[in-house]
Amino acid sequence: MTTTEKRPLTRDQMAAVCAQHLGEGWNVNLGIGIPTLTSNFIREEMQITLSSENGVIGYGVLAGEGEEDTDVVNAGVQYVTLNPGAAIVHHADSFALIRSGKIDVSILGAYEVAIDGSFANWKTRNEPSNGLGGIGGAMDLAACAKQIYVAMQHTTRDGAPRLVTECSLPVTAPAGAVTLVVTDIAVVRVAGGEFTLEQVAPGYTEDDIRQVTEGKLSISPSLHEMSV
Amino acid sequence: MKPPIIYDTMAEAVDDFADGSSLMIPGFGPGTPWNLMRALYHQGATDLITISNGIGFGTDPELVNAGNFISDGRVKEVIAAFTASTHPSSVSAGEELIRAGKLKAEIVPQGTLAERIRAGGSGIPGFYTPAGIGTQVAEGKEVRSFNGRDYLLETALTADYTFIRAWKADKAGNLIYRRAARNFNPIMAMAATTTIVEVEQPIVEIGELDPDHIHTPGVYVQRLVKIPEDGTFVVRRPV
Repeated sequence: MTTTEKRPLTRDQMAAVCAQHLGEGWNVNLGIGIPTLTSNFIREEMQITLSSENGVIGYGVLAGEGEEDTDVVNAGVQYVTLNPGAAIVHHADSFALIRSGKIDVSILGAYEVAIDGSFANWKTRNEPSNGLGGIGGAMDLAACAKQIYVAMQHTTRDGAPRLVTECSLPVTAPAGAVTLVVTDIAVVRVAGGEFTLEQVAPGYTEDDIRQVTEGKLSISPSLHEMSV
Repeated sequence: MKPPIIYDTMAEAVDDFADGSSLMIPGFGPGTPWNLMRALYHQGATDLITISNGIGFGTDPELVNAGNFISDGRVKEVIAAFTASTHPSSVSAGEELIRAGKLKAEIVPQGTLAERIRAGGSGIPGFYTPAGIGTQVAEGKEVRSFNGRDYLLETALTADYTFIRAWKADKAGNLIYRRAARNFNPIMAMAATTTIVEVEQPIVEIGELDPDHIHTPGVYVQRLVKIPEDGTFVVRRPV
């Protein structure tokens, strides 16, 4: 690759890359944070249905200033629009949809993802069970969605890897949950007990990614720069 | 079936609320019974067990959630899907009390919480779910395999009271919710001994609501109260 300026992705660009990895006709759940921004990058012809934990099936883009319906929110309690054909169900029915495996992918934030596909996103400290945490719908989704994508910064603020051999924090789901990680500098596939680098942010090389990734990192034969 | 009692004020609707009671609080932003919660806060109830999606920060005296009661030391136990912030920088009073061992807390995956409430209102004592398998949530719980997959036994939740936020109601207690304000309301309305409802629109005569459009039948409702003109209708920011 030619030497160019390193340009890590913004949060919006990460959301756009997540949207590029959705399949036509999928039923998609978006977690709080970067994932919810993904709703702004879904093209209509993709025929994606966005379902959120609070029972909104078929929401659209974030509502513009002054156009909010205060009774219509996504999982992050952001005001969103309803697409034509939307439906509302109560919380238990919303999780019936999730638990029965009808979500094709849930995109979640996380603190750590391990090579075996386990991940951690509900407790900020490595401590024994003490009644504290922010699980939300993540455990139901992680156990039941067909795939889990994680959108997160590649490293902690201190520069420590978030893609790791083994999670140091209490896990949200055991091995086999996460299939893809979108970070500010890379797109990494998680399968077969290893990470596979598929895309890099503009200006980044595979060595740059390797330096901030813990655990086995293979390089995809089709490795390419992200289009953002 | 005896129709629900219709109260003139929020304060009267919660006046006999007993200390030590368990309370289910719906809401996911919209659908929160702000007016009844504020009335209960002023009523003075203490020693509560709260069941809600999050425990709340309780920093706004107008928008009262479980957090306001927790901050005052008026809650003995919380059951919720969020008991701590996912950002280490923002710590609630509840989180500090739980960490100090001064507040009993049970953290529950959100779908498990919803289903435990649904089961409680449906005469079902327990159920098996895959959520939480292989995590701290599974500690101490029965695991059973069905068709080669492991599931956790989770038990039903009921409560002494729930406060419900409805869009429309008739004098029989039939309720209709609006948009995503529905969330936990229909299942909590079924799971409590005493279901008290704050209603946005004027309460209409029996027969005026279409039976096909009812979300919560009046058989589950004991008390109704119309939100006064100066009450909390719309909350224009995420809470």
